[in-house]
Amino acid sequence: MYRSHVLVCGGTGCTSSGSGRIVEALEKEIAAAGLSEEVKVVKTGCFGLCALGPIMIVYPEGAFYSMVKEKDIPEIVSEHLLKGRIVKRLLYSETVKEDEVQSLSQTQFYSKQLRVALRNCGVIDPENINEYIAYDGYQALGKVLTEMTPQQVIDTIKASGLRGRGGAGFPTGTKWSFAAASVADQKYVCCNADEGDPGAFMDRSVLEGDPHVVIEAMAIAGYAIGATQGYVYIRAEYPIAVKRLSIAIEQAREMGMLGKNIFGSGFDFNLEIRLGAGAFVCGEETALMTSIEGHRGEPRPRPPFPAVKGLFGKPTVLNNVETYANVPRIILKGADWFASMGTEKSKGTKVFALGGKIHNTGLVEIPMGTTLREIVEEIGGGIPNGKKFKAAQTGGPSGGCIPASLIDTPIDYDNLIAIGSMMGSGGLIVMDEDTCMVDIAKFFLEFTVDESCGKCTPCRVGTKRLYEILDKISKGKGEMEDLDRLVELANYIKSNSLCGLGQTAPNPVLSTLRYFKDEYIAHIKDKTCPAGVCKELLTYSIDPEKCKGCTLCARVCPADAISGTVKNPHKIDRNKCLKCGACMEKCRFGAIVKN
Amino acid sequence: MSQKKTVVPFSGTPQQEQQLQQIIQAHQGQGTSALMPVLQQAQDVYGYLPLEVQKMIAVGLDIPLEEIYGVVTFYSQFSLYPKGEYKISVCLGTACYVKGSGDVFDRLVQKLGIQGGECTPDGKFSLEACRCIGACGLAPVLTVNDEVYGRLVPEDVDSILEKYSAQ
Repeated sequence: MYRSHVLVCGGTGCTSSGSGRIVEALEKEIAAAGLSEEVKVVKTGCFGLCALGPIMIVYPEGAFYSMVKEKDIPEIVSEHLLKGRIVKRLLYSETVKEDEVQSLSQTQFYSKQLRVALRNCGVIDPENINEYIAYDGYQALGKVLTEMTPQQVIDTIKASGLRGRGGAGFPTGTKWSFAAASVADQKYVCCNADEGDPGAFMDRSVLEGDPHVVIEAMAIAGYAIGATQGYVYIRAEYPIAVKRLSIAIEQAREMGMLGKNIFGSGFDFNLEIRLGAGAFVCGEETALMTSIEGHRGEPRPRPPFPAVKGLFGKPTVLNNVETYANVPRIILKGADWFASMGTEKSKGTKVFALGGKIHNTGLVEIPMGTTLREIVEEIGGGIPNGKKFKAAQTGGPSGGCIPASLIDTPIDYDNLIAIGSMMGSGGLIVMDEDTCMVDIAKFFLEFTVDESCGKCTPCRVGTKRLYEILDKISKGKGEMEDLDRLVELANYIKSNSLCGLGQTAPNPVLSTLRYFKDEYIAHIKDKTCPAGVCKELLTYSIDPEKCKGCTLCARVCPADAISGTVKNPHKIDRNKCLKCGACMEKCRFGAIVKN
Repeated sequence: MSQKKTVVPFSGTPQQEQQLQQIIQAHQGQGTSALMPVLQQAQDVYGYLPLEVQKMIAVGLDIPLEEIYGVVTFYSQFSLYPKGEYKISVCLGTACYVKGSGDVFDRLVQKLGIQGGECTPDGKFSLEACRCIGACGLAPVLTVNDEVYGRLVPEDVDSILEKYSAQ
């Protein structure tokens, strides 16, 4: 028995900010203080508040230390762990109220959240199967194998209203029933962990923090549809997730949760990991399966759907990581419990990776139907530097931008589609007034041009043409007719592309055109970029009133575009100016003006 | 990504070839589904996948070379060219982009005198853009080999490059 547990976040966010070194330092100090028998250090998955990493929680007090540095460790060990005095200066300020330490669930960031898919993340040691079992792990699999028929499992998932968390929102139970109805000598269960949406890391966090939940859910799906083999297709860029999932599969095999005759029920199930190799299109289900088969990850027309003819030509169920993470809970707590959360057509919760111009960057899980305002202003803590909220981008390269006027929209699958965006896998990027919407549309199109697999012409050529028009506009060379061309081409690409990548690729253009047309017009007619982003449209000049002639700007200018003598106002030669902004950052007198 | 490709003579060692043959052996008889894992492990051995290595895999797994070349060139993780001693990757994922990672990337292009996907002539640095490493809380970020640098402004690039140039 340990009298105290120190939980350190070992997710990618905190690892990047140095939590690995924190764990080493902690273990060393604890050993030096002779506390190794009394205090246990556990490396967990993501707590969610990535902006404040590295993060640690000390139990039983529940003291939440944020932005911990190596040099703070001796103090935490000698004061808190040895003498029982919480080091208040290192606590997350939100958890200190009137000098009292309050629990994390009372903070603004956590109070509106509801953790179902993430419930074990940041709670258990993901590399120890016993901790998962202690939190009801593998009970759902046991219940399914010993008390339920495959049909009952499918009916439960159907009744819960669970929809695919990968983006499109297809009802999971229905998908399973199709695959169950297909007759074949072999069927497969696949997990899509090829999270390619730039700025989204929900699936990675689940795999890093609670890998067994995915294994358990895939075995349940295997039982429901009659499959004995599963594959997890995971991004190679997620080394920590790959490592923890491999350990988890190994442990599950040793314990008999995977392999032959699980729980003596006669049901066999095996799981293998396949690494992706950096192709966004492999998030599309048919492309993903083609890639597992060892080919170029190109999609193919549907039907036949994977439930009929999928991996290696056999009936296959493919779900996203977060979808699976909900399954064991639904089995244990019942379909009604799950259906009681969320909105009429979108049940349960959704995990979002909150990023961009927001205070509390990180991972949040909220009931469906929570408004964007609650996420941005309350959970996210608002926009830094007193700037104004301009838009939120959901759905990544397939989604759209939600303007400030729609900030009170309750978030669910259907509402997001109605306002021209989509749920997507759960990236939610907040933008302030310094973000140019033409530039954002161009950014996403550059991404899709890069990632289009090239198999079908509407996507391969169409996205490139869209990008070229946007590029022209961002350089002040656009004409008003370009706006009509954008819409016409976008609609053509949407209706004619082979797979989801092409069908959704124009969404960033269409949604920014719908809500921020003024900005496009400003680029075309006035040749200005209102947000001050598009470089070709900017001019830098020096205010002679404010310039003291310190020569600093002339020295930092990489293009020698600034001339002048000491103590006399300087001048910028616009023909030479690269518009890099180096002078503006260095000027101590605010004399350089950008417009 | 880049148009400028330099031809680097292949310099595989017998030890590397032995490792590769072991990898191929371990995956024999699995058909094409073995191809991706073999390529990934081969790239770990050689650092990249030149034609010479692809040929050995083609013979070993009995898969046509053109199919292997097709797969290698499809996925961005596979490289036909060697990378620099220090691989610099700038995240151009959405969260980093709205926080100005594009300017960080531009600064590197300017400082190193190479484009994304290229390597400096001395083989010291290579530069690429990547899509989200998941450290969005530290945006904008770049990585040098496995080391992560976060909350950057373009000027930080100079000191980071200096640190590695000295090594």
